[in-house]
Amino acid sequence: MADVTLPLNVVGNDDREAHIADHSVADHSADRGGAHATSLGLSNNKLGMWLFLGSECLLFGGLISVYMLYRGRLGNGPTPEQVYNVPFTSVSSFVLLMSSLTMVLAVTAAARKDLKALDTWLAVTALLGATFVGGQVFEFTEFYKHGLGFTTSLFGSSFYTLTGFHGVHVTVGIIMLMAVRRMIKKERVPGDKAEVVEIVGLYWHFVDIIWIVIFTLVYLIPA
Amino acid sequence: MSIATDAHDTASHDDGPVQTEHVGGEFDHAHKPDIYYVKIAIFLAVLTGMEVGLKYIDIGALFLPVLFILMAIKFVTVVLFFMHLRFDSKWFNMAFWVGLGLAVLIYSGALATFKFWSR
Repeated sequence: MADVTLPLNVVGNDDREAHIADHSVADHSADRGGAHATSLGLSNNKLGMWLFLGSECLLFGGLISVYMLYRGRLGNGPTPEQVYNVPFTSVSSFVLLMSSLTMVLAVTAAARKDLKALDTWLAVTALLGATFVGGQVFEFTEFYKHGLGFTTSLFGSSFYTLTGFHGVHVTVGIIMLMAVRRMIKKERVPGDKAEVVEIVGLYWHFVDIIWIVIFTLVYLIPA
Repeated sequence: MSIATDAHDTASHDDGPVQTEHVGGEFDHAHKPDIYYVKIAIFLAVLTGMEVGLKYIDIGALFLPVLFILMAIKFVTVVLFFMHLRFDSKWFNMAFWVGLGLAVLIYSGALATFKFWSR
């Protein structure tokens, strides 16, 4: 950002502060594509997303806790060791992890205003996300064939609820990615495109970090 | 005299908060070259490989602590570098870490109530 040069003999201290604020606000508006200045000097949209993600920690914390409590309540159903396919899920986890890389590359492309790279990375991220969800659908189908239904046992119910909620989040993320991609193509994104991509990216990375926790606690720790 | 309004400049005013924090500036210096993120992704992939390897290697009582440490490193790495929280405003940090901290405290307490950890 450009320095603001103010002659001290022209303005007093209070005026100088006001000048600094005025210049900053003006510059912000330009950088953010005409977005409104805020009392914190931060983007309200971004702050809102961070608050949302903070609250999502509580949602997933509850679901993970319920799973940890009930994973030993097997009823007449199969045990986790009988149904889990750790190598398969490891590959799925790797795919989701790599989608975080492609997402951050999309964000940097947006910051560079490289629309072609942005479009490509958003599409690749969505594709990797769809691969992950496809893997989850396959996994659920296999588990069902092995006798683990949603109501078979408390383990089954808590497992499907936790991983299902996560899968829904990934699906919503894919929809957001495709929507943003289309809106940018059609030039329907008002204001700063880079910030919009970054906010969608925050959500996407969040579903990745939640999976990091789920993968460890659900699949790697024996019941 | 030159007065630079930097990314993390803040000023409070008697009449209320004054906007001097530069959103665009944070964004600019948070973004590194692509290779930087590729290296982080390789690091995360190696950690994931180690986690999966632990499942098949018997390291006794160290299994859980090592697994939790690897998980925490992966989690924090994504948050700090991919989500740029390391370079971002303290308000964003507060919004996320307070939510996460609350979740950990509340559910650790709830699980302790069920004597989960003593089983």
